[in-house]
Amino acid sequence: MHAEPAVAVHGLVKRYGPKAAVDGLDLTVAAGGVTAVLGPNGAGKTTTIETCEGYRRPDAGTVRVLGLDPLADSAALRPRIGVMLQSGGIYAGARAEEMLRHTASLHAHPLDVAALIERLGLGDCGRTSYRRLSGGQQQRLSLAMAVVGRPELVFLDEPTAGLDPQARHATWALVRELRADGVTVVLTTHYMDEAEQLADDVAIIDGGRVVAQGSPEELCRGGAENTLRFGGRPGLDLSSLVKALPDGSTADEPAPGSYRVGGTVDPQLLATVTSWCAQNGVMPDRITVERHTLEDVFLELTGKELRA
Amino acid sequence: MSAETAVTGTFTPRPGAAPLGRMIRAQAALETRMLLRNGEQLLLTVVIPTLLLVLFSAVDIVDTGEGRAVDFLAPGVLALAVMSTAFTGQAIATGFERRYGVLKRLGASPLPRWALMTAKTCSVLVTEVLQIVLLTVIAFALGWSPHGNPLAVLLLLVLGTAAFSGLGLLMAGTLRAEATLAAANLVFLLLLVGGGVIVPLEKFPGTVRAALELLPISALSGGLRDVLQEGAGMPWADLGLLAAWAALGLGAAARFFRWE
Repeated sequence: MHAEPAVAVHGLVKRYGPKAAVDGLDLTVAAGGVTAVLGPNGAGKTTTIETCEGYRRPDAGTVRVLGLDPLADSAALRPRIGVMLQSGGIYAGARAEEMLRHTASLHAHPLDVAALIERLGLGDCGRTSYRRLSGGQQQRLSLAMAVVGRPELVFLDEPTAGLDPQARHATWALVRELRADGVTVVLTTHYMDEAEQLADDVAIIDGGRVVAQGSPEELCRGGAENTLRFGGRPGLDLSSLVKALPDGSTADEPAPGSYRVGGTVDPQLLATVTSWCAQNGVMPDRITVERHTLEDVFLELTGKELRA
Repeated sequence: MSAETAVTGTFTPRPGAAPLGRMIRAQAALETRMLLRNGEQLLLTVVIPTLLLVLFSAVDIVDTGEGRAVDFLAPGVLALAVMSTAFTGQAIATGFERRYGVLKRLGASPLPRWALMTAKTCSVLVTEVLQIVLLTVIAFALGWSPHGNPLAVLLLLVLGTAAFSGLGLLMAGTLRAEATLAAANLVFLLLLVGGGVIVPLEKFPGTVRAALELLPISALSGGLRDVLQEGAGMPWADLGLLAAWAALGLGAAARFFRWE
């Protein structure tokens, strides 16, 4: 039912001085899902998001958000999107409830403010000014402001940065509910588990380009191959095991009694290994499947050196 | 997906901007509350003008010429009140809104930029009305007897507000927030002394005085004094000078204002 993508970025270039923060980036966000944009610091995540929000004028390329040009069609687009900036955006002297009510009053059909405040655990800070809220409370208020206008599409720039685990889970629950209710969510994050937990689609950005995009499963599968390990008596002859395994698989014994099988680890491969053990009278004392995490894939694609 | 989206949930999209009038009213009300809640701003816009009016009317510190001191001081303090809100207060508040990303965040809301500026102007005008009511009551209590055409007074106040708003927004939109804070307070102090607010411009030497008379605060305080103290007709020269400052300030602010 969602033929048109929520966000379509083609060949986006954005320079700050001589340096290109975004350098020929292509990104398509399907409507109705959660897309996580991952990348090291300075990779171009925020510049990309802020171009979609209409804050930056592209030096080259095209950006369409809900089919609209974020700059030329700004007036038509702004009511339809919700924005959570990486930080700030709120009057230092404003109270949490006051600010949320104000944001609601700029929209035609806002959510129930009291319910949203309750929902995000901001009930105790209704009368507290923004500058006196804790970092987590400030983040949640900013999140509430992004969704209170009942947008079709929300951009959340590092929505859980600096949150404690409870607040992170509350934020995750809200994002899941947004998705279930048909809101498209684009979020940037440094937390791989957040992307794995929430995202239907992950785009990894590095050096101003998308270097990989797909579901978390696809990315983990597509990266380096996975590993199955089992323990048994030392010195087993593995040649018959290698023959039984699919082409391209490997088997070795890196330490006495500790065996390693590499390849596409799927249920079929596991069955092959256990039936080989049964045929050879081997009782494996443990079998573990080591899946590559999104973090492995991320580090593989973006390198391990520290960024600015 | 389609089966899920058919069900109406809490967050099911229903986007839309509020009517423009409602947005501007809400924004103006919020900005006014922010201003009235801010202690430093109240010091500038209420406490200092009130103190100056009472102190200099009661104690003969500055020679204000013939007639009662309050008749000389009230127009000057009214001019100061306009400057404190339209220039100093607005510059500092807007500078920090820019610094803290408030202007940026509002830029992604349904509120258009021109409507934000309209709301800011409304908030400045509401504050000025409150200041003028308060200062007028105090001045009357001190024995003030104003003359002149109320329309001329209104025109001076409106053009003065436009001139100071332009200069305040120019400062807020181009300098760092801390620099705006320092500069706006410094300018406030200098213009308080050198703009005919409490010290008559006749006290300054001729060349300095000629330069000071070109300042917007001098045009506003001088024009108000001509009308309210002397009962003069339409002060065209002062109105023209204020209009020129307004065109210059607002034009430059529109050209150079940076939202982030």
